[in-house]
Amino acid sequence: MPSQTIQTSAVRGTPDPTSSSRAVPPARIDLGEIDDLRVLDENGEVNEALDPGLPDDELLRVYRAMVLTRKFDIRMLNMQRQGEMGTFAPGFGQEATQIGQVYPLAQRDWYSPSYRSFGAQIWRGWPMDQLFLLWDGFFEGFAPPPDVNDLPFSIVIGSHVPLAVGIAMGIRKKGVEDAVVVCNFGDGASSQGIVSESMNFAAVFKAPCVFVVENNGWAISTKLEQQSGVTELARRGPAFGVPSVRVDGNDILGMIAASTRAVEHARAGHGPYLIEAVTYRMGVHTTADDPKVYRSDDEVRAWEGKCPIRRMERHLTERGLLDAETIETIGTACEQEVLAARESFRKRAIARPEEIFDFVYEELPPELAAQRDEYLRRLGRA
Amino acid sequence: MAQMTMVEALNRALNESMTADDRVCVMGQDIAVNGGVFRVTKGLLDRFGADRVFDTPLAEDGIVGTAVGMAIYGLRPVAEIQFSGFTMQAFDQIEQNMARMRNRSRGKYPISMVMRTPYGGGIRAVEHHSESREAYWAHTPGLKVVIPSGPRNARALLNAAILDPDPVVFYEPKAVYRAFREDVPDEMETLPIGTARIAREGADLTLIAYGAVMRPTLEAAEDLADLHQVDVEVIDLLSIKPMDTETIVNSVTKTGRCVIVHEGPRTCGIAAEIIARLNEHAFEYLLAPIRRVTGFDTHFPYFQVERHYLPDSETIAEAVRETLAWE
Ligand SMILES: Cc1ncc(C[n+]2csc(CCOP(=O)(O)OP(=O)(O)O)c2C)c(N)n1
Ligand SMILES: [Mg+2]
Repeated sequence: MPSQTIQTSAVRGTPDPTSSSRAVPPARIDLGEIDDLRVLDENGEVNEALDPGLPDDELLRVYRAMVLTRKFDIRMLNMQRQGEMGTFAPGFGQEATQIGQVYPLAQRDWYSPSYRSFGAQIWRGWPMDQLFLLWDGFFEGFAPPPDVNDLPFSIVIGSHVPLAVGIAMGIRKKGVEDAVVVCNFGDGASSQGIVSESMNFAAVFKAPCVFVVENNGWAISTKLEQQSGVTELARRGPAFGVPSVRVDGNDILGMIAASTRAVEHARAGHGPYLIEAVTYRMGVHTTADDPKVYRSDDEVRAWEGKCPIRRMERHLTERGLLDAETIETIGTACEQEVLAARESFRKRAIARPEEIFDFVYEELPPELAAQRDEYLRRLGRA
Repeated sequence: MAQMTMVEALNRALNESMTADDRVCVMGQDIAVNGGVFRVTKGLLDRFGADRVFDTPLAEDGIVGTAVGMAIYGLRPVAEIQFSGFTMQAFDQIEQNMARMRNRSRGKYPISMVMRTPYGGGIRAVEHHSESREAYWAHTPGLKVVIPSGPRNARALLNAAILDPDPVVFYEPKAVYRAFREDVPDEMETLPIGTARIAREGADLTLIAYGAVMRPTLEAAEDLADLHQVDVEVIDLLSIKPMDTETIVNSVTKTGRCVIVHEGPRTCGIAAEIIARLNEHAFEYLLAPIRRVTGFDTHFPYFQVERHYLPDSETIAEAVRETLAWE
């Protein structure tokens, strides 16, 4: 992306006809330069120079992960509509952003996800039945699996970002391993003060943290232009001394190229990196939301042609790795996997009211133990 | 007279307050085009325009801080925080500026603003969407804290809060938002902040509650009357701070027994403050220890078990019977 300047303009309602400020020309702001990255275009054509060069089996693994993410998403939505699931935030259209941001991570690395990150969570090793539990209101769904270095996903916008930086600072200060941390958040989250604070901390302490801002154009009903004075969010990075790249978030190869570059940079001890993944939320914000109130069908339709899964399908078909039959087989296998997870979820979905008290403290203080005992007595369980 | 839900009644209040005073403006996340995630601000943008009804960036401390600034400049902002769980992001601005600017400026800059926010559990919401932390704000000098319980008082109290010369934290019981309809008079109505309401008269015991738990509390009172011939007086606090000590004390002086209900955690909750006041002003009239029916001192549970956390009419009735049985 070339260096950009913007002009500040007078705000409506300010002019006082007698004020001399009217003669002052608007100040110019130099936004500097950041990279724009895309490997796979909307027609499935590859820019060879930037191609991360994944072997065939990896390409298929990544493709399958995106399909699985979408199958899970659609199943969740159906279950929600049928009353079997709580309020849910679908990720429809953001599959490449999701899988791409965690692709280069190893098991020793960390991930601090937000609530629309289930694709990445599945990739990182969160069992799907657990994610079902989580969205259906069972707190045990939040528990990170024993062998997965991830945080429980964050619902409070932006509040998980400093945790990622803190973990990365710990990695650097202890200096015994070269692990990195990836943290994602939305365009809306970029407005939170704590997100800026976090980028600054990461830069000051050279923390091996990769920030991924998933710019999907909307924060519920608030569009990007209403959210941020600078709509290319990657431009925030350089102001903090954090190298940044803006990538087509619906391009899985571009995402992988960007995240690999960022993770290698952080792993090598050079500090944080910011990736802006430009994507689009194709569906509802959550199942409690009605996007028709605030955005047009035309806008959504314009993004339909940019589907990250179709794009990869076209590319892999061209490479001879997929055909109509294998596409079908993979789709069915993913669907089966999701249905199996649903079965397991249904078996595990048993509410246990006493769990309310289980993890408030290491040891229940006497006053809280008394509350629990009194309550269990009422339930007839003590 | 129209039958309204609480959402509609609050919307009515915003409409009439904005019509009455063009300094009143409404701001927050998703409140303009979307009309708020609960639709409380629906239609305001069309009616009053983007200078008075506007969406903000996603930053709660930014929302409250800039609202305080606008109040300093002489506007009367009504700032919405989408869920009370996210008022925590604004703690700094609420505590340091919203609550104290009058004092810091020695009266030059009174902060006449309202921070509206839906609170409480019972709607199967995800984490952080069900908290009741009114005690934080009641503990903060300089703030007023108001919690309506039904459509009619919600409308009247929101109008009063907007007119109030001091900053008001306005907690809206989201479980009540669409739970029932009530007659709301056509003409503009206000209620004095700091005045409780006797929701049911009775002689045997005083039940005190506010907000969403008024419903199970009244239900318990009716059940006790029907099944046990117990005549309970019910007080709807409405205003947490300032608190209507007189109404509480008069009632307990009459009944001699008291049970207090709230859904926030027990320790240092609002019930503790009420008990302290009764201790100060009605000690010699008490016939039994005062009981509390509250949320546990735990994090608000995830929704599969939330009903175990929330006070229900059975638990309330049991506490009443035990208090009556105390010799
Ligand atoms: C601190 C905080 N404020 C408000 C909310 C309510 N809320 C949930 S999602 C959301 C919009 C987030 O938009 P963005 O960061 O762009 O992420 P996206 O939903 O688009 O993935 C809002 C306002 C919240 N969860 N946390
Ligand atoms: Mg967004």
